[in-house]
Amino acid sequence: MSRTRTKILGTTVLTGTVLLSLSLSACGKADMTKQSSPFAAAKGSKSVTLSVQTWVGAQSNVAVAKYLLEHKLGYHVDTVQVDEIPAWDALSQGRVDAILEDWGHPDQEQRYVKDKKTITAGGGNGVTGHIGWYVPKYWADKHPEVTNWKNLNKFAKQLRTSESGNKGQLMDGSPSYVTNDKALVKNLGLDYEVVFAGSEAAQITQIQQFAKAKKPFLTYWYEPQWLFNQVPMVEVALPKYTDACAEKGTKDPQSIDCAYPTTPLQKYFNTDFAKSGSSAAAFLKNFKWTKDDQNEVSESIASGGLSADEAAKKWADKHPDVWKSWLPKK
Amino acid sequence: MSVFGTPPISQRYLDTAKPAPVQLLLHRRGLAKLLLLAVAAAVIVPLLQAKYGAAWPSSLTVDVSGPLGRTSDWIIDNRDSHPLFVYFLGHLSNAVVISVRGVYLLLLALGWTGVTAGVTLIAWRVAGVRIAATALISFVVSGLLGMWVPTMQTLALMVVAVAASVLVGALLGLAAGLSDRLFRLLRPVLDTMQVLPAFAYLLPVVLVFGIGVPAALLATVIYAAPPMARLTALGLRGADPGVLEAVASLGATGRQRLLTARLPLARKELLLGVNQTIMMALSMVVIASMIGAAGLGDRVYQALASVDVGAALAAAVPIVLLAIVMDRTTAAAGERLGADTPATGPKWQRGWPVWAGVAAVTAVLALVGRLSGSLVWPGAWSLDIARPVNDFKEWMVDHLYSGVPVVGGTADWAAHFTDWVLNPLRDGLTALPWYGTLLIVAALAWLIGTWRTALTAVLAMAAIGVLGVWKPSMNTLSQVLAALAVTLVIGFGVGILAAGSKRFEAILRPVLDVMQTMPQFVYLIPVVALFAVGRAPAAAAAVVYALPAVIRITTQGLRQVEPAAVESARSLGATRWQILRQVQLPLARPALLLAVNQGVVLVLAVVIIGGLVGGGALGYDVVTGLATGDLALGLVAGVAIVCLGLMLDRVTQPTERRTTGKGA
Repeated sequence: MSRTRTKILGTTVLTGTVLLSLSLSACGKADMTKQSSPFAAAKGSKSVTLSVQTWVGAQSNVAVAKYLLEHKLGYHVDTVQVDEIPAWDALSQGRVDAILEDWGHPDQEQRYVKDKKTITAGGGNGVTGHIGWYVPKYWADKHPEVTNWKNLNKFAKQLRTSESGNKGQLMDGSPSYVTNDKALVKNLGLDYEVVFAGSEAAQITQIQQFAKAKKPFLTYWYEPQWLFNQVPMVEVALPKYTDACAEKGTKDPQSIDCAYPTTPLQKYFNTDFAKSGSSAAAFLKNFKWTKDDQNEVSESIASGGLSADEAAKKWADKHPDVWKSWLPKK
Repeated sequence: MSVFGTPPISQRYLDTAKPAPVQLLLHRRGLAKLLLLAVAAAVIVPLLQAKYGAAWPSSLTVDVSGPLGRTSDWIIDNRDSHPLFVYFLGHLSNAVVISVRGVYLLLLALGWTGVTAGVTLIAWRVAGVRIAATALISFVVSGLLGMWVPTMQTLALMVVAVAASVLVGALLGLAAGLSDRLFRLLRPVLDTMQVLPAFAYLLPVVLVFGIGVPAALLATVIYAAPPMARLTALGLRGADPGVLEAVASLGATGRQRLLTARLPLARKELLLGVNQTIMMALSMVVIASMIGAAGLGDRVYQALASVDVGAALAAAVPIVLLAIVMDRTTAAAGERLGADTPATGPKWQRGWPVWAGVAAVTAVLALVGRLSGSLVWPGAWSLDIARPVNDFKEWMVDHLYSGVPVVGGTADWAAHFTDWVLNPLRDGLTALPWYGTLLIVAALAWLIGTWRTALTAVLAMAAIGVLGVWKPSMNTLSQVLAALAVTLVIGFGVGILAAGSKRFEAILRPVLDVMQTMPQFVYLIPVVALFAVGRAPAAAAAVVYALPAVIRITTQGLRQVEPAAVESARSLGATRWQILRQVQLPLARPALLLAVNQGVVLVLAVVIIGGLVGGGALGYDVVTGLATGDLALGLVAGVAIVCLGLMLDRVTQPTERRTTGKGA
């Protein structure tokens, strides 16, 4: 029975460790909003945790920041993949130190930046984002009138799929992305059904599939996005975005009937991190590039088959003039 | 309706050659149940129709979005100050972080040489040379794939999660094993836990603990502890009363009885419980990465976000290998203990010296690794499988998607499947008056089980209506039913073939092993590439995931059919087809019913995840709730999934439950 006994001993030791750690921490308060990841900085170095969102543009920001932080400033960088809104919560708790690309979340900004002050705005990252409806260029070339929303109903028949039934299909992506499409379809009286792909990966796969077969499609999409280099797309003009319409939309999201705004993408930092005065915080505050820079990295990641790290290195080797100015002055 | 009038499995196994009168009586009883229901329906239905109409009545729904929204806000605002969080949940979370970190640092300190040597040697001692070789190869492959650090992160998380699950499960099981009242109380809860898709309870955990390792670990424990508790309780209760009597008569105290008789007698169940717990925990690796588990699961998740099937596979392979090593090791340990043979081999191979040896060799190798300066896997020794895999996927998609002569492309199949099967089924279920649905559920559950299961099933369905998610639930249900039908047709077919040919089964076995341990997520993107976005790919992924269990159970069931029965049928001149149809299948009916039950549970789990690829309905609501932190939406959908799972399980549950969990 000695083997069993050894095993029981092993289990006891293990549970003992767990219980011990539980009891060790059991005196006094434990604020779980101040606990970091168990995998952070295991190498005993200074470390930063960045939030990566699911879309590739955001991954490019993080890849380049990570590469430079690791190779120029000697940091260990951890990345966590989180959806947009949970990322705000994680940032507020200090589970992540920075979000490098946010597409505008007024509710969260109000709660965390203005009320709780646990998050600090970090300025723009230099890229301007735009959400809209897009059709493939090969189709728009044949039917130029499709690029105006007023003519969309004429094409609904061509865009039918088995998911949209007898209406045309307007494809949306991940549920976490900012979208008014259901309200738009209703308020503009369009003969379309919003079909949610469920994730950006699924949406991209579907667009690539359509493009291969040169089939027409209408999709919710956004710029900057690397997929434009593979599948050229043209935006469909929606009713012009106005402040009045935006105001109406904030009051009642169901009533919105105009295009999406153009958003300068923002960086946000955990307040403690921003105030720490570390060189990483200074570096990330300075981090600012252009749409072309971002797309260059995104494309090597998503279709060039490079890993995020390799893509970042490739870009950094090519554009030292851009990132040199981000490094904090000593 | 005769199919449903079945006595409990255990009983059926006992008397396979059941006398005809019993069968007849059972039919009558089924008929009586139906008649009773029909009478009740005839009275109630007109009343309901007159009062509420065919669609779920809005007066019977409860809008919970207000209170849930307030709860969510309250938690966020008070998480850093309220005593409940600061003095209890905070410590829990802290303990998790410290334990995982401890294990992780230990693994890193051992280095790749130490970890590989240690695991291999333990596997050798516990389970023999072959499994040790498997372990060695597995760790080397994980390193070669460039996944060493994520593998260690996942391993650290798994060690703590499994330890916690085993501890919690064993305690619960102990309590339920010793107290009859607790057993009655816990059993339905545990049974139910086992059929719930893990996806359903991610959101509440995240809300309380925030994104990160503690949330991921707790979700894993909730998912993995129930089998341990079940099996512990069953093991303790199943102890031979004669032995207990003997021990008691020797004057042993209650504690002595427990430690010297009951626990040792239940050790086989205990180890089976550990084995099940490990497998369940590993199956959570990828799902938990949606709420911040890091490690291999996160790699899979990130790769899928950029449609990189190759990279996702590179991270999924180590998960599968870890699962295989841990499964085989614990299973072998269980068998050895169960066999109860005295330890064999020369003296030095027994007792503590050999364990000291294992520790020493591990330490030496760890030191060697440390001295040679490479604690993590050397980067130069790596193997890039992502590109060839992606090329293969591209090729497959190019040649199968559409325009294949005669049979049409996969996209066309998907469209037909949606148009001809999913849409009519969904529309039919939605159009069916709600009381009609409840009646059908009641009839099915009552015929196959008891009035209790029928009541549970009906109440579960009613809860869905009350929560106001009747329509999306019917949509999800239609996908489950369609996918289940396909799974059963293919699964029974392949199962019958495998039962007929030993060689075919031998080829099939490793394939099924891999299919069963592969995280469901890995299937999602290839199915989109092949079947376009929508409900069809969700159904396809569900079929792929549920098939192995159905095939296995079918094969086993057919194999267990008394050879004498088959032989006598053959001697009477029956053809192979006749034997199958008239002897083997009827005799294997309990197993086939079990296959249906398992199939339903597994299909539901994946159809929900199908929300990520356009499956819509409840799965999409959960994903949206998670992605936008919308507790009201996500939790209501989660509860609806739970109810749907409960209903499906009860409707297909052949009274006596299985003792093993997933993919028995």
